[in-house]
Formats: sequence, C-alpha cells, structure tokens
Amino acid sequence: MPIGLIDDEAELPKNESMPAAAIEIENLTKDYPFGFLHLKKKRSLEGLTMQVENGEVFGFLGPNGAGKSTTIKLLVGLIFPEAGTARILGKPIRDIEMHRNIGYLPEQPYFYDYLTAAEVLDYFARFHDLTAADRKERVTRMLKKVGLETAGKIQLRKYSKGMLQRVGLAQAILHDPQVVILDEPMSGLDPIGRREVRDIILELKRAGKTVMFSTHILSDAEMLCDRVGVIVGGKLRGVGAPGEIVGMKAQGMEILFELPGGASNAAGIAAEATKTGDRYRMHVAEEELYGALDQLHAAGAKVLSVTQVKPSLEEYFMHLVEADRAQGAAVEVSGK
Amino acid sequence: MRRAGVVALNTFREAVRDRVLYNLVFFALLMMAAAIFVGQISIGIEEEVMKSLGLSAISVIGLLIAVFIGVGLVYKEMDKRTLYALLAKPVRRWEFLLGKFGGLVLTLAVNTLAMTAGLFAALLYVKHHIERADAVLLIAIYFILLKLMLVVALALLFSCFSTPLLAILYTSAFYVAGLFVVDMRTFHFAGETPAMVAFMRGLSYLLPNFENFNVMAPAAHGTEISRALILQNTAYSALYCGIVLLAAAAVFSRRNLK
Repeated sequence: MPIGLIDDEAELPKNESMPAAAIEIENLTKDYPFGFLHLKKKRSLEGLTMQVENGEVFGFLGPNGAGKSTTIKLLVGLIFPEAGTARILGKPIRDIEMHRNIGYLPEQPYFYDYLTAAEVLDYFARFHDLTAADRKERVTRMLKKVGLETAGKIQLRKYSKGMLQRVGLAQAILHDPQVVILDEPMSGLDPIGRREVRDIILELKRAGKTVMFSTHILSDAEMLCDRVGVIVGGKLRGVGAPGEIVGMKAQGMEILFELPGGASNAAGIAAEATKTGDRYRMHVAEEELYGALDQLHAAGAKVLSVTQVKPSLEEYFMHLVEADRAQGAAVEVSGK
Repeated sequence: MRRAGVVALNTFREAVRDRVLYNLVFFALLMMAAAIFVGQISIGIEEEVMKSLGLSAISVIGLLIAVFIGVGLVYKEMDKRTLYALLAKPVRRWEFLLGKFGGLVLTLAVNTLAMTAGLFAALLYVKHHIERADAVLLIAIYFILLKLMLVVALALLFSCFSTPLLAILYTSAFYVAGLFVVDMRTFHFAGETPAMVAFMRGLSYLLPNFENFNVMAPAAHGTEISRALILQNTAYSALYCGIVLLAAAAVFSRRNLK
C-alpha cells in the first residue's frame, strides 16, 4: 500500500492553546443494566482516570470484556457514563464541536452495504462541511491509502471483513482529525493488513496526531505505543511505556545452538535444552551464562545466538488477568 | 438541518437501492388490470371504482412501506452498528432522527407521486379525458401523504426503544385506534362512569385522528373538499409529527448504544 503523508506537514497544527493532554478522563464509571426489567447492573468501568498526551500513540490493553470498548464508546458519545467526566482536546465529550476533531473506528465496523466504499466515505465527509471538490480529492486519497483504490466502486455487501476494516480506518482519518480513536484496528486483518494499519498509525504519529487504540494483540502495542494502559475488570491496572510498565529486569539468558553430528556429550546437553527443528534453546541464569557457553563449546555445539530474556507485556498482562480472576473478576452492583 | 438533509438523502438512496420502489410495478399492474376489467363488471360507475381502488391502493401500499420500513429506521442502524461511525461525526442525534424521518417521507412522496401518475393514466384510459373535478383526487392523495407522515413518525418513535416486531404492533395499534377516535368520544356503554367517559375522551384527543385524513368517498365522487379541512389536516399532521419526533429525540438522546 502506498503511504503518503496524512496531510501536509507544513499545515500541522502548532496550536499554542491546545491542552497538554489530548484526552483527559476523570473517574469515568459505567454500569450496564441486565436481568428482568433491567433492575440489576453490572459495572463495566469503575472510576477510570487517565490521560492521553498530545501527539502520542496510546495503547489500551485488556482482555475481552475488560472495559476497553466501553471507554472508547463513552469518549465518542455512543454511551453515557454513570459518573465521571472526559474531555477531548479540552472540550467535554458531550460537546458536538469535539466531534470535528476526532476520528473513530468502531470495533468490527459495518457500514451501509448498499453503498460503495467511495460513497460511504463521501457520505461521512459531508458531515465535516467539506466542499465537493475537497471531498472527492480526500475520498480518492483515502481509498488509495487503505489499499482499496480498485475496489472503491464495489458495493460493501461484497467486501470481506478485512476490507470493511480498511473502509473503517479510511472514514476515521478522512477529515484529518487531531485525535484518532481506534477500537481493535487490527481485528480481522491478515498479516499484510496489520502491517499496513501499523504503518498508518506510525504515519499519523509522524504527522503529530494523537492515536489511542485498543487491542489485545500485545506485540502491536509494544511495537507502536509510546505508552500503554492496561485495564482488567473495568479497572485501570497500570499506565506507562511498554518497557516501563513490565519492568526492565532481565529474567535470564537464552542460548540458541546447533549440535553437529560429531558433537561429544550431545545427549547430555540436549537433555537440558528444548529442541525446535534442528536447533536447541537453553535457558540459563545470567550468572551461569559463561559456564554454559564453555560447556557448549567443549561439547562441540555451534552457538547461534545469546538473548537476554525480559518479561514481555504479555506476561505482565496475563499476571494481571489471573490476579483479577482470583479476586472475583468484574464487580457487580445491583439496584443502583 | 443540513446534516439531517445528508441523512435523509442517504435514507432515500437506501430505499431505492433496496428496491422499495419496486412496489410501483405491482401498483401499475393493478391499475392496468382494473382499467381493463372495471368497465365489464361495473356499468356506469367505472370512474368511481377506479378512483376508490386507486386511492385505496395508494393508501395501503404507503402504509405498508411506512410501517415496515419506519420501524427499522433506527433499530436497523443500531442492530447493524452502522450508526456507530456516524454518531462519532459532528451530527446530533436529533439531526439523525430528523434525517431518517425526512428520508422515508421523501421515499413515500416519490412513491405516491408515481402512483398518482399511474392512477391518472388509468383514469385517462377509462374516461378518455381528465376534468377539473378530478383535482379532488390530488387533495385526497395529499391527505394520504399527511397520514403516512404521521405513521412514519410513530414508527420512528417506537423504533427508538423497541424491536421491529413490537414496533409494528405498537404502530399498527395506534393506527387502528386512530381510526376510531371520533367513536371513542361518542360511544356509550352500559355501566359507564363519568371517570371512564372522561378517560376515553381524553385518550381520543391523545391518539392521532386518522379518520380526519380519509376523504376517499367524496374524492371518488368528485365532491369538493373544504379549504378549512386542508388547512386543519396540514396543521394537525405537522403538530402531531413535531410532538412525536420530539418524544423520539428525547428517548434516543439518552439511549446507550451497545
């Protein structure tokens, strides 16, 4: 997919009056009613307070049902909070003017299937007071950007899930918003599509935009995000740089090696390692590294690489989820 | 209002692409068949039969479209989640509702206009001429359109908080009850109490009075329809639609989309 600038860099807003935080969330709480007559309520989000700084890529992580989509829907005004406030670019989320400067990709987006991609984009562009010529130019540019230039005149009922996701992304950034909020943007995409979405997010960052996206694909978050927030059971469990949040302490060293046919003591070494194909991986403590290397050398093994093992975001994430499950998962309140 | 217009045009486009206007083929076939056979079965009253049949068909087809598409106007958008991306744009919820209402009314207006042309073509075939008295038909058709606007507003209101099936039931119930509001004011039964009479009377004023829009009989016979009734029905429909749309906006503005 050809990647161009989101908009001319020279036109980037250097707004002096712009608030430091693009998104400010304070004590946001949301309950969902359930049961007969909707008298019982399940708390989906509890006292969420956080900020997304201007110009950063912020990853919102959490398992299914953690409150990611709820938070995003609250921010774009699709649902209303029980308590708390939020502001985007200094404007309250109920202010219609706020919507001029945000782009939103819903989770598993679905659009009018009787329209073509070009018609859907033109339809959405009409709500942003763009001239006909400007709309046409932007629609063409966005279709090209998301790799749909040849499918732009096909009705969406014939689109695959991945193609709909691309249309969703195009409509989210069509009007050049300052803040882009993406709910599971990689969902439904093949590896190429995911790579393309990652490129678009990085391009938005280069253009000075603020991007907040939810995901449970942790490698994407580690690769793209300046900061991440981890939410589990409706509660924010941590915010920070991906490396910062999981801690930097190494957990040991991993040695990747091969054992040629004539290697002596091969059986003893092989027993301590894990075999993958014709290669072996051995996990040793940091202080035992040189001893292990000497032992491999003496046995005639061919060392391919030595890597420091750090706890991944995934491990941190799983630790939080398991801790939360142990505490009884989501909080339920009734008759509130 | 401009944004409501964008939604309205898209709603109209949806109706066209979903082949809603294909009903016109049925209407055209009905009119052709009636024009050919009416002379054989109704001696001397071909014109009245044609007019009654045409007006009834316009009303019934319009009602079917108003109810069955009207109840899905909002529900379908929420169910399919096409509304999510739209409401993140600078568009207010009441503008969206007004646009959906306007779009379906535009669809019905175009549909009714085409059926009117068909009716006049059939009349021309039967009578070989169109006279000034036939203009009363246009007023009857205008009243049908006013009635359909009211039905669309009601369907839209119910669409904001219930499923399509329930919304069909509610809208149909209101429509049927609305045909009998005059009877509700005059009907007496054994064992009635002053409180019950007052309740029925109050209810009759709350329900939409659809009977007022029914001028099919005078229109079929070419009887003139008073200007006062035209003004009264226009004002009534506008006011009632306004109130129902306000109620729909109040409900929808608080609605959480899941």
